[in-house]
Amino acid sequence: MKLCLIVDDSKIIRKVARRILEELNFDIQEAVDGQDALDNCKNSMPDVVLLDWNMPVMNGLDFLKALRRTEGGAEPIVVFCTTENDMSHISAAISAGADEYIMKPFDREIIESKFVQVGLL
Amino acid sequence: MRSEDFELISGLLKQRSGLILPKDKVYLLESRLTPIAHKRGLETLDDLINEVRLKRKEDLLTEITEAMTTNESFFFRDNRPFDLFKDTVLPQFLQSRASRKKIRIWCAAASTGQEPYSLAIILKEMGIKIAGWDIEIVGTDISQEVLDKAKAGLFSQFEVQRGLPIQLLIKYFNQVGDLWQISDEIKSMVKYRKFNLLDPYTLLGNFDVIFCRNVLIYFDQPTKGEVLAKMRKIIPADGTLFLGAAETVLGITDKFKPVQGQRGLYSTADVSADVIGKLRAS
Repeated sequence: MKLCLIVDDSKIIRKVARRILEELNFDIQEAVDGQDALDNCKNSMPDVVLLDWNMPVMNGLDFLKALRRTEGGAEPIVVFCTTENDMSHISAAISAGADEYIMKPFDREIIESKFVQVGLL
Repeated sequence: MRSEDFELISGLLKQRSGLILPKDKVYLLESRLTPIAHKRGLETLDDLINEVRLKRKEDLLTEITEAMTTNESFFFRDNRPFDLFKDTVLPQFLQSRASRKKIRIWCAAASTGQEPYSLAIILKEMGIKIAGWDIEIVGTDISQEVLDKAKAGLFSQFEVQRGLPIQLLIKYFNQVGDLWQISDEIKSMVKYRKFNLLDPYTLLGNFDVIFCRNVLIYFDQPTKGEVLAKMRKIIPADGTLFLGAAETVLGITDKFKPVQGQRGLYSTADVSADVIGKLRAS
C-alpha cells in the first residue's frame, strides 16, 4: 500500500481526508503543520503528501520548498489542498514543485480524480 | 405521483427528445420539475402537470424537456476516450486527411461544454503538429440553457476540479470572481448549435469523428438504432464513433462495429482492414 501524509492543522479536515484516502487503499500518517510534516518525512518518506497551505509554525509552501531540498524529497507527489483558490497561489505552488492542487471545499470525487491524474490510482 | 401523470410526462419526453424515463426515476421528475413549477408561481408539481394537460404551451413543454435531458458533465470524463482520441484516432486522421488538412468533430450531446472543450485543449496542446490544419469541433445539445452555459465557458470551482489537471487550469482558464472562464483561444475552437438527435442530420454536414457518449442509454432500442443509422450517413467509411462506457452497438445496429481492444471506440461496418489495423495497433 502507498503511504499518504496528510498535513493540516484542522483535526476535522485530517479526519475527513483520512477516511476518503483509507477507502482508496492508502496507509495514512498525519502531521499538524509544516515542521511536523518535515520531521515525519525525514523518518519515513511518504509516496504522496496532501498539503494544507495556512498552518502555524511552518506553512505548506515553506514545507514544500524544504521538502524538495531534503534527500529523497523530490520523490513524493505533493497535492495541495487549501482554501487559497486564486491563480497566484496556484501558480506559486506549482512553481515550487507541487504536482496537483485541490481548492477546498473538496469531496471524495475531487480527491479521487486528482489522484488519478497524478498516477496514484 | 399518479400513474396517468407519470405517463403524460414520460410520453411527452419520449416524443420530444427520445428520452425513456423508467418508473423508478419518478424522483427525477420531482426534483427537476418542482423548481419549474415554483418559478411559474405554481405551488406543486401536480399544478404544473395540470398546466401541461390543459394548455400544452410550447415554452413549458420545452422547459420540461430541457430540464429532464440535462445531465452533468466533466472535463476529460473517463480519461480513456480522450487518450484514445489523442493517441490513436487523431494521428490516423492526420495521416489520412493530409492532403486537404481538414477534420470535423461532432460532440452530439455537448451539455455544458466540458467534452468539446477537453477536445479543443487536446488539439491546442498538440501545437505545431496541427499547424495549418482546419479542425472544427461542433457541440450540439437539445437544451438551449446548457448551450448558453457552454458558450459562456464559465465553470464553478467544483466543475474545474473534476477531471481537469491543474496545469491545464493555469494555462487555459481565467479567474472571474468565484468562477473560472475558459480562454478565448479555446472557446473559439468550438461552435455550438441547438440540435435534437431525433431531427434530420443533413444540415449538420459530414463529420470524421463523432462523440455520442452517455446519450443512447436514455433511448429505447428502436431510437438507438435510428440515431446510429443517421450518424452513419454523415460520416465516411473511415470515420470513428465514441460511445459511453455503458453503451454498445451490439444488437442495435450493423452500421458500426466495436474496434477490438479499444473500449468505447467504434468504426463503421464498411471500414477497410488497413484502418482497423491502425486503430487497434496503439
